[in-house]
Amino acid sequence: MDLLRFATAGSVDDGKSTLIGRLLLDSKAIFEDQLEAVEATSLSKGFDYTDLALLTDGLRSEREQGITIDVAYRYFATPNRKFIIADTPGHVQYTRNMVTGASTADLGLVLVDARQGLTEQSRRHAVILSLLRVPHLVLAVNKMDLVDFSEEIYNKIHAEFTQFATKLNIPDLQVIPISALQGDNVVTRSENMDWYSGPTLMHHLEHVHVASDRDLIDARFPVQYVVRPKSDEHHDYRGYGGQVAGGVLKPGDEVVVLPSGMTSKIAGIDLFDRELTEAYPPMSVTVRLEDDVDVSRGDMIARIRNAPKPSQDIDAMICWMTTAPLKPRQKLAIKHTTRTGRALVKDIQYRLDINTLHRDLESNELGVNEIGRVQLRTTIPLLCDPYSQNRATGSFILIDEATGATVGAGMVNSGN
Amino acid sequence: MTDTHADYRLSQLDQLEAESIHIFREVAAEFEKPVLMFSGGKDSIVMLRLAEKAFYPAKIPFPVLQVDTGYDFPEVLATRDSWVDRLGVRMIVASVEEAIATGVVVDDGKTSRNRLQIGTLLHAVEENGFTAAFGGGRRDEEKARAKERIYSHRDEFGQWDPKNQRPELWNLYNGRLHQGEHMRIFPISNWTELDVWDYIGREGIEIPNIYFSHQRRVFERDGMLLTESEHNPCKNGEIASERTVRFRTVGDLTMTGCVESTASTVEEIIEEVAVARVTERGATRGDDRFSEAAMEDRKKEGYF
Repeated sequence: MDLLRFATAGSVDDGKSTLIGRLLLDSKAIFEDQLEAVEATSLSKGFDYTDLALLTDGLRSEREQGITIDVAYRYFATPNRKFIIADTPGHVQYTRNMVTGASTADLGLVLVDARQGLTEQSRRHAVILSLLRVPHLVLAVNKMDLVDFSEEIYNKIHAEFTQFATKLNIPDLQVIPISALQGDNVVTRSENMDWYSGPTLMHHLEHVHVASDRDLIDARFPVQYVVRPKSDEHHDYRGYGGQVAGGVLKPGDEVVVLPSGMTSKIAGIDLFDRELTEAYPPMSVTVRLEDDVDVSRGDMIARIRNAPKPSQDIDAMICWMTTAPLKPRQKLAIKHTTRTGRALVKDIQYRLDINTLHRDLESNELGVNEIGRVQLRTTIPLLCDPYSQNRATGSFILIDEATGATVGAGMVNSGN
Repeated sequence: MTDTHADYRLSQLDQLEAESIHIFREVAAEFEKPVLMFSGGKDSIVMLRLAEKAFYPAKIPFPVLQVDTGYDFPEVLATRDSWVDRLGVRMIVASVEEAIATGVVVDDGKTSRNRLQIGTLLHAVEENGFTAAFGGGRRDEEKARAKERIYSHRDEFGQWDPKNQRPELWNLYNGRLHQGEHMRIFPISNWTELDVWDYIGREGIEIPNIYFSHQRRVFERDGMLLTESEHNPCKNGEIASERTVRFRTVGDLTMTGCVESTASTVEEIIEEVAVARVTERGATRGDDRFSEAAMEDRKKEGYF
């Protein structure tokens, strides 16, 4: 059985909680005690219906205010696949939470209300999912029951979105008309929309092909931890623990250790007490080299003729996540793969208006939840690839050294 | 033994394992003094197994910490000891009894041992100077847990602030701390109860025998089947009887209920869990029944 991680976006009014509730209910991932608790709370709040949002709004303050503040992770399974839902809030002030949910997602699910059509918010969600290189996008046109299951309205939204999507990088787009409330095209095919011949949402989630989304060409192995038992039994064992970030590693491969540039060959790849014939993303393994070269945490093992070039000048898109704005000359800590250093903001080239995709060149700072193109100079060379090529070696986080908070998410355009 | 995968796809259990191992290694590399909270229950045993894998053939490079309520199941303590012996890890026991005796926490006769664990645990974390404490919490257990990060920041009082969590992006974890703060780390956040059982079955992992069907003298209280014992005698009108039961979670025996079940192998338990209509906590944990936000409230105080 394999795993699909998907992020949902859309405001409460778009019916997101109802949709998630239905996916969970129909896949029997909601338990009786959970449902009873939600029914009891709905009743005590005086609702005349069971508010499924209470299932996902897990915090006191969220239930008080009736809004989703933070990402919640939900789990369900069908006979074909396991799913992790990152349920992200849709409001503009929570863009950072959507970025958080999208950073690990294979698929993004954007909901629109068929009565409203595309809103600024749905465009913004699509832009964020595309910036985060979420490879599959589903636009679920919800509340079709409230527009008499009109093919015309669906076609209009479909056309408008497809037009908009040409400006973005969305390799795979699926548009599905649904009614989350009544269950049309969620798990079972709708009898009300015989004009629609595509898959139901569940069928699409179960069958979308995600295995090929990883970079299996460029071997990248960031060293996390040096394994040295120094026991009698394993006296000379020296292995490098890490999670494969790209490509396929095999014993016998000629490799280079970055940034030192020393070369060697892979002597063996271990996973616990087993020796593997190959390792690929996202496996966590221990790699042994033939030569006793100096390798430590923060180094990267790559193929000799296919290695990232160490660079201290980074050009990246950054999503800023804290109230104090990002400004030129600011110094921050940066974590990229297993390497940590410091970064200086050299220039903020533009702020991206995520509603219009307009590049605001005048702006010289990034406010909270804003995304822009930034030039950084780092204290240590980073071993990065463009984010478009590899989400693992093309991403980094920025940390405020005074508070310790994570304040920025970065996606590398290129190293210079 | 060797493996090859022609299609370069990992099963979801292998993906979860890879993610957990990555987290264990990050913490061991970046934190000065980690510790693994180890109750001897199924989740913490899976955690210990993952830690073993992360550093093999080297030993696990941090100790384990058990918060002993004094009311723990003897079968669980026996399994705990056998794991610790086999792996050769150092074990620290923080005893609630001792914490009561030395005044670290106050037993007013009304507070549960589960709640007294909070102060006992925080005291042990502080006394030993631990900067990171691994816990076996899973997001599918409870709705407040579903909101928690894998790296869960705790202030100098051990408190969780759910409204002010650090965004967690890709697999880039931020372990920055100020003096006196620590981090709770949940490497199996993304596992479900069923995943844990699948993994126990696949790996042939030894767990306490009370997870399997057995005969036990139990009585009914608040809709739960509780073990009759000197710490937990029958009260007004409750009658104990011998029943065929097993436990879905283990904890303080005065609060942890069992379920009637004849499942005596991991395979049978998996079948049972797959069709269960009540969550493991809902079925068997008295401590989550105090209020709708019982778990969130305890976590804010420093619970794991």
